[in-house]
Amino acid sequence: MTTRTPMIEMRSVSKHFGSVIAISDISMQVYSGEVMCLLGDNGAGKSTLIKTLSGVHQPTHGEMLLDGKPARFKSPAYALDAGIATVFQDLAMVPLMSITRNFFMGREPTVGWGPLKRIDWKYADRVAKEEMAKIGIDVRDPSQPVGTLSGGERQCVAIARAVYFGAKVLILDEPTSALGVKQASVVLRYIAKARADGLAVIFITHNVHHAYPVADAFTLLSRGGSLGSFRKEEVSREEVLNMMAGGAELESLDAELAEFQRDDKAKKANLAGQDTQPADGTSSTEQPSPRAASGY
Amino acid sequence: MNSTETKQSVAPATAPQDERIQRVSFWKKALNRPELGALAGAVLVLAFFIAASSGTGMFTPAGIINFLEVAAQLGIIATAAALLMIGGEFDLSIGSMIGLAGILIAIPAVEYGWPLWAAILLAFACAGLVGWINGNLVNKTGLPSFIVTLGFLFILRGLAIGTSRLLTGRTQVGGVQDHIPGDWFAALFSGEVATGLFSWMAANGWMATNFAGNPTVTGIPVSIVWWLGLTAVATWVLLCTPYGNWIFASGGDANAARNSGVPVHRVKISLFMFTAFSATIFACIQVMDTGSADTIRGLLKELEAIIAVVIGGALLTGGYGSAIGAALGALIFGMVQMGIFYTGVNTDWFQVFLGVMLLVAVLFNNYMRKKAMEAK
Repeated sequence: MTTRTPMIEMRSVSKHFGSVIAISDISMQVYSGEVMCLLGDNGAGKSTLIKTLSGVHQPTHGEMLLDGKPARFKSPAYALDAGIATVFQDLAMVPLMSITRNFFMGREPTVGWGPLKRIDWKYADRVAKEEMAKIGIDVRDPSQPVGTLSGGERQCVAIARAVYFGAKVLILDEPTSALGVKQASVVLRYIAKARADGLAVIFITHNVHHAYPVADAFTLLSRGGSLGSFRKEEVSREEVLNMMAGGAELESLDAELAEFQRDDKAKKANLAGQDTQPADGTSSTEQPSPRAASGY
Repeated sequence: MNSTETKQSVAPATAPQDERIQRVSFWKKALNRPELGALAGAVLVLAFFIAASSGTGMFTPAGIINFLEVAAQLGIIATAAALLMIGGEFDLSIGSMIGLAGILIAIPAVEYGWPLWAAILLAFACAGLVGWINGNLVNKTGLPSFIVTLGFLFILRGLAIGTSRLLTGRTQVGGVQDHIPGDWFAALFSGEVATGLFSWMAANGWMATNFAGNPTVTGIPVSIVWWLGLTAVATWVLLCTPYGNWIFASGGDANAARNSGVPVHRVKISLFMFTAFSATIFACIQVMDTGSADTIRGLLKELEAIIAVVIGGALLTGGYGSAIGAALGALIFGMVQMGIFYTGVNTDWFQVFLGVMLLVAVLFNNYMRKKAMEAK
């Protein structure tokens, strides 16, 4: 394992926004054919990390290596050219445009030359249909607007597009967060397929139950720092969950919950005590009393 | 192995289903075209005026050319406004640009003895600059184009009046017609085409002639050629080129387009430049036609263009619409304006009709878009 070069590697990368340290000293390696799950609570620095990976931000300190070579991306376009495709939460899809138009947005296949250069719609429609069929979505008409697809299908179009355009590293930002159980499983299956095709996948989520089945490794983020990377063999689901929420916080939460439960029990006992006294008919005579009190 | 097997078994099962869906989707597709409403509207208006204006000469060749010319002039700017609106922006400075461009053509040519082609090129250069500034302001500030171009509506109108008064002491400049003969560039914006064809048709008795033996229609005004040409080019660009895809993407969701590698800023700047150019084409044709420029020309044309575009099925929010729709919108506009004149209805009612038409079109478009999004 250690002899392989990671497809993408971060070496103590930090990113500061003015005086705010968004992420600090993050190191991580992702290999081809593996899924790295990036876990962290809200505000842990997940978004900053993937924006740094995808070229939206440039790291303040540290370096990134792509296939063993140092890489620095001026903009998302450079990262895209280098083979790092990011599927952001907003999916970069235009609902009113057709599936084909969305699929090839910004990278339209053309035929002809000079002023007669035009989009090769036949080819584009066929590819869009085929790529969607590969992930098990039967698109009847690739010219139908993306807005008519379900959330999971849209997610799949976005991923299929990234894969089709030769991504080596696929970064997925919370691809399952807005989806129902069934649709999430479609996306997860597709992630597993991308891994089988030899892509390095970085899967950002805060749902351990989605992350655990498909992941090969986990990197846990908390308050801008890394809690470390773990191979799946090394940790259990519960441990991951525990670390993610911060063990201490969970313990204090447990304690608080126990407190509530005790309160609840006490209340119930109290109520039960009150209930038993008037239970034999007095309760029905008590009912009109609020009405009487309010002005009768 | 397993996967190929399932694929084979799936293929025949879906084939007959595909056929059935194909038939449905043909109608769906027709219904989902943005220009459908405008087409229906145009047919209705046409039928109405054919019935209402019988015997008035509206549908004689001369009458047809009349309303087509009105439609063509509006259609030229509506085409550009349609592309811009699909790209997600407005341009309220079109009308003022028409006034300014007219002055920029007439003053150098008449007052300073410039050849007309040079004056026209100057107007186009200035229009390009205005469009470039409009686009950059919208891009850089992120302000709604409504506000930015509203500013330019006043700036350009003021510039036209100010410059004209400063240089000539008047707000009207006449005498341009003396400079047209022999100017190859001005010829593109003046006169008629296919005049030979019309005299030939008249000579063969296929066309009504006046007392002097000339055909009642001597040719097709050049504005109609520009209108049809621009509509065809814009339709080609929208439907067949990558740039067209970028226009839809920029208007549909600029952020998504940018993340997919579409040069949204460049697209918008070029669209603003195109609307300014189209205003200049409009001004050229008008100045050549009337032989004069006036600083108040083009008043309210920006709003008429927007009406034509919206009647043509474009969404005000961008990302949806068509150039053919805008052309149909302009045609409806021309037919109604001239039809009211021919049928003898007080022309005051024209504006009432226009407003009602706009509201109906917007409601219809909204409904159709919802339908399109539901269609699964």
